[in-house]
Amino acid sequence: MEIKVCGPGCASCEKTQKTVEAAIAAKGIEASIIKVSDFQDIAKLGIISTPAVVIDGQVKCVGRVPKQSEVEGWIG
Amino acid sequence: MEPIKSSGCCSAKHVTSLAVVTKRVQWGKIGIISLLVLAVWFVVYKQLEPFSSYLTYSLLDIKKGSHLGSAVQFFSYDTPKVMMLLTLIVFVIGIIRTFFTQENTRKYLAGKRETAGNVMAAVLGIVTPFCSCSAVPLFIGFVQAGVPLGVTFSFLVAAPMVNEIALVLLYGLLGWKVAAIYLVTGLFIAMISGWIIGRLKLETWIEDWVQELRAGEAIIIEEQLSWHDRLDRGKEAVREIVGKVWMYVVAGIAVGALIHGYVPEDFMASIMGKDVWWSVPAAVAVGIPMYSNAAGIVPVVEALLEKGAALGTVLAFMMSVIALSLPEMIILRKVLKPKLIAVFVFVVGSGIVFTGYLFNMII
Repeated sequence: MEIKVCGPGCASCEKTQKTVEAAIAAKGIEASIIKVSDFQDIAKLGIISTPAVVIDGQVKCVGRVPKQSEVEGWIG
Repeated sequence: MEPIKSSGCCSAKHVTSLAVVTKRVQWGKIGIISLLVLAVWFVVYKQLEPFSSYLTYSLLDIKKGSHLGSAVQFFSYDTPKVMMLLTLIVFVIGIIRTFFTQENTRKYLAGKRETAGNVMAAVLGIVTPFCSCSAVPLFIGFVQAGVPLGVTFSFLVAAPMVNEIALVLLYGLLGWKVAAIYLVTGLFIAMISGWIIGRLKLETWIEDWVQELRAGEAIIIEEQLSWHDRLDRGKEAVREIVGKVWMYVVAGIAVGALIHGYVPEDFMASIMGKDVWWSVPAAVAVGIPMYSNAAGIVPVVEALLEKGAALGTVLAFMMSVIALSLPEMIILRKVLKPKLIAVFVFVVGSGIVFTGYLFNMII
């Protein structure tokens, strides 16, 4: 499973990253987290508000920090 | 509405009407709890001023009319007052914002013509969730979707400038008139600067790679939010924002309290008063590179006003601090050529200076 966390690196983006890591650990799933911080790359994904979470090419949430339970639902 | 029949049959209709009733009961519960909380909030809020007097002059036994006394009372009254107002408003705005997303705002603005678009963009700038680090992806998204450049700027100016935290603090500390002036002039500056930038036809001053990017469909995630979810988001916003800004508020009020207690009356009149013609541009020039949270700047504004600074000058200072900042310029540099950033700062800065003079003249 490939999880992309998009955001330029502000506080909310880092929080999102931590949430995703925690969700993976809780579920015990093999997944690689890729941090996308380049604006050009973010724009190419069609994302206009950050932070955003993309799982296996599918955009799951934009413009807010997801809850851990939500992320667990997406990867579970 | 379908009445509930007490038959044992489990028809589809029956299930639906039951669901409606449950929803209504939930609604009622949410409504009653909200009213109760609001009532308690209001009662406590009303006690803050007498309590601060009691604390300062009876409990701490500081002499009435002394420098220390007025500073301590200012601090012990304003801190809880501002925190209470802040919590309430951030909660309400947090709920309102669940109805708006940047994606929907962009979709809505894409079809708008310039003038009407500037107005709508400025208004939407207030209610659409926005964080300054998402300014760049937002800019790219807007431009790609065919939102005119000027309309995009109206949004980018209004989003940080008309700030709900600043609004509530101005209301709480200086009254509704000042808050209204701030809201209306902030919106006008956003509309007009965006409109001017649109007229200047500066599309070529956007970085080339932005224009070369293939226009992609923005991804819109339709969320089915219940009221429970929305209330949750409101609570989250309180934890996020109030948890982050309380230090600024306390620091701001502490500075305000010192000015309130120790700076002589009319001290500010000679530097920031009405008759000092250069004070408005000077305040804006100082304010532009500065970056402070709106929550920290308003208590200082209150104290300055009290010591004879003119309202227009102080408002101009505050607006330039929160609307234009060095970190935002640096982040926007990724998508805008320096010339366009300069025009942006100049147009918005002039708007703020103009507003400052206007209020010094009429008030």
